[in-house]
Amino acid sequence: MAEITYLEAIREALFEEMERDPNVFMLGEDIGAFGGAFKVTEGLLAKFGESRVIDTPISEIGIVGAAAGAAHMGMRPVVEMQFIDFIANAYDMLTNYVATARYRAFLPTPMVVRGPSGGYVRGGPFHSQNPEAGFIHTPGLKVVYPSTAADAKGLMKAAIRDDDCVLFFEHKYLYRRIKGEMPAGDVVVPIGTARVAREGTDLSIITYAATVYKALEAAEQLEKEDGLSVEVVDLRSLAPLDDEAIVATVKKTNRVLIVHEDTRTGGIAGELTARISERCFEWLDAPVLRVTAHDVPLPYAPSLEDFVLPQTPDIVLAARRLAAY
Amino acid sequence: MARSTTQGGGRGTRTSAAAPPAVAAATDVALSRAQRLELYYWMRLTRSLEERLVNLYRQTKVVGGLFRSLGQEADAVGSAYALRQGDILSPLIRNLGSMLVKGATPVEILKQYMAKGDSPTRGRELNIHFGDTERGFIGQISPLGDMVPVMAGVTLSFRMRGEDRVGLVYVGDGATSTGAFHEGINFAAVQRCPLVVIIENNGYAYSTPTVKQSLVKQFADKAIGYGIPGETADGNDVIATYEATKRAVDRARRGEGTSIVELMTFRRKGHAEHDNQSYVPPGQIERWAAENDPLDRYVARLGQEGVAAEELAAIDARIQREIDEATDIAEQSGVPEPLDALVGVYADPPSEEPLWFREGKRAVVEKSERPSSWGTFDAPAKGAD
Ligand SMILES: Cc1ncc(C[n+]2csc(CCOP(=O)(O)OP(=O)(O)O)c2C)c(N)n1
Ligand SMILES: [Mg+2]
Repeated sequence: MAEITYLEAIREALFEEMERDPNVFMLGEDIGAFGGAFKVTEGLLAKFGESRVIDTPISEIGIVGAAAGAAHMGMRPVVEMQFIDFIANAYDMLTNYVATARYRAFLPTPMVVRGPSGGYVRGGPFHSQNPEAGFIHTPGLKVVYPSTAADAKGLMKAAIRDDDCVLFFEHKYLYRRIKGEMPAGDVVVPIGTARVAREGTDLSIITYAATVYKALEAAEQLEKEDGLSVEVVDLRSLAPLDDEAIVATVKKTNRVLIVHEDTRTGGIAGELTARISERCFEWLDAPVLRVTAHDVPLPYAPSLEDFVLPQTPDIVLAARRLAAY
Repeated sequence: MARSTTQGGGRGTRTSAAAPPAVAAATDVALSRAQRLELYYWMRLTRSLEERLVNLYRQTKVVGGLFRSLGQEADAVGSAYALRQGDILSPLIRNLGSMLVKGATPVEILKQYMAKGDSPTRGRELNIHFGDTERGFIGQISPLGDMVPVMAGVTLSFRMRGEDRVGLVYVGDGATSTGAFHEGINFAAVQRCPLVVIIENNGYAYSTPTVKQSLVKQFADKAIGYGIPGETADGNDVIATYEATKRAVDRARRGEGTSIVELMTFRRKGHAEHDNQSYVPPGQIERWAAENDPLDRYVARLGQEGVAAEELAAIDARIQREIDEATDIAEQSGVPEPLDALVGVYADPPSEEPLWFREGKRAVVEKSERPSSWGTFDAPAKGAD
């Protein structure tokens, strides 16, 4: 079977889910004839028509709120943020309205908010963000952030079929750089399950999204240069977290490095560290370490962006520190 | 021109002494010949500078995207020209011209686009996202509509302090659909803020035509909903743009609060340089270029008013010289020093520390001080650490 890109995998999932379920429809800015800023929804309008692929005004609050209302009525809207940075505009709708709907009003809100996320692309402070932490902190929202093409497809299917609101972060650096073969048939990747991206025994790197590839690169180098066997765990789902997989890798290697592209303070690494401490402190041979972005808005110039974001050599250095502990 | 004005709605009085106006005080006073040539200069500079940026973009010297205002130079320049010194505007992505009028320089624009270390934002922000409150422009951020409430607050401060100053904010047809636009303009209206909201109706928001953005016939009609004056003008006629904006600016300065001015124009280039505009009906771009180019129209008008072609050619030559010089300077600048990324998130502490895995790197705040006036930062490029 031919390989397709991460971006095409997302598109395939959208196609298949729209074909499977007439309640699934798309909302977003420039997603129709134009196919979206990154062309994720290209071809959907031609196939499914204007009533199911809706070009909206530039109104993130309106789009997300309307999706919630339609979802209450049994529709399954998929909302595109042109860049995930603009999800901030809909923060009230998502955190106050959508996240609480089931709990306070017994209203199901099966909807997906998806969009291009992340940096390493010289996008500057408003086209590079990783705003997942604020939503992970909000009970009632699910958050996924795949790194492989197959996971992107399988998680999108799961997100659309989920009976709650799922925020689906797509890493724009991976859109066309990452390819993979799609499994045959209608394969759904369950939300809340992590994936071991590389098996290892000496130490574990827990990460997700674009930094999975930096971790794998570092693991390769550490194996060659240091003879270290590094396990890489790709979380895939950030809410809910796969505690079992996290505990399993800690028990296996006893040393953990957490890597994320998001800024440090309040990033998910803190939550992971606390969970590890609570559940398997006695299995640790070293303190849990983090490699993250610096706590600054993401600057635009290459030299600045490269400095702020975590890079492969940072992971190598941290892993060596951990192995030697 | 000292005056004492009672705010509409009986919100107290404002007394202020104004500086003499930089341009003609009333719209019935014609612009002088020198001023008309100045308008030409700013419009041509806008276009030629963007053409230079296209060259640099093709040489991959521009970091990130390039945004054009081709065919919209009159709306940015004519509206900004209706302000005087001390007034503050906030531009959008098609308003390079307004920033030039307010004193932004070609070398700053070029350094910004090339993400140089001594660019106005020191490589932190993109393209024309920068400002200088001294010169009178506040930089936009990407999230559309956000500058409307911000400018409501800027102009609120003018009113609160009894200053004879006016603010102006640009939004596109697309940006009028945001919550921030609505909340900001309504706030400004209710508070009688001396604010002019320019809605640049250029037919499209990225690929989305205005019919999918709003059902109002004219965006100026939105003014009714806010209880403020609204006017639509020909945005490709620099004089008409100037006059319509001037009327709104004068109202604001008289204490009559907020207005909408809708400027009709057309976005002849893609949303950004990468966009091939496949969604625009065939012939439309060509028609606007052939029949309604703001520079062509203005050149014809100046000709009728007796300005010789040689005089305009001399201005063009001067502009080319200025852009060449600016390009040379901008190209020589260095890239930002990586550690500068950590400076200035807060007033205190002045710098973040490098994270532990960047061993050997130390905070650079001692040698990388923040400028006292951020927008005018003009220190020499720093070498590598
Ligand atoms: C809140 C928000 N949503 C989406 C975007 C992405 N975006 C950037 S420019 C643009 C179109 C803007 O159109 P318009 O306001 O008409 O300005 P124009 O480009 O035509 O000058 C969009 C959708 C954004 N910047 N901000
Ligand atoms: Mg527009």
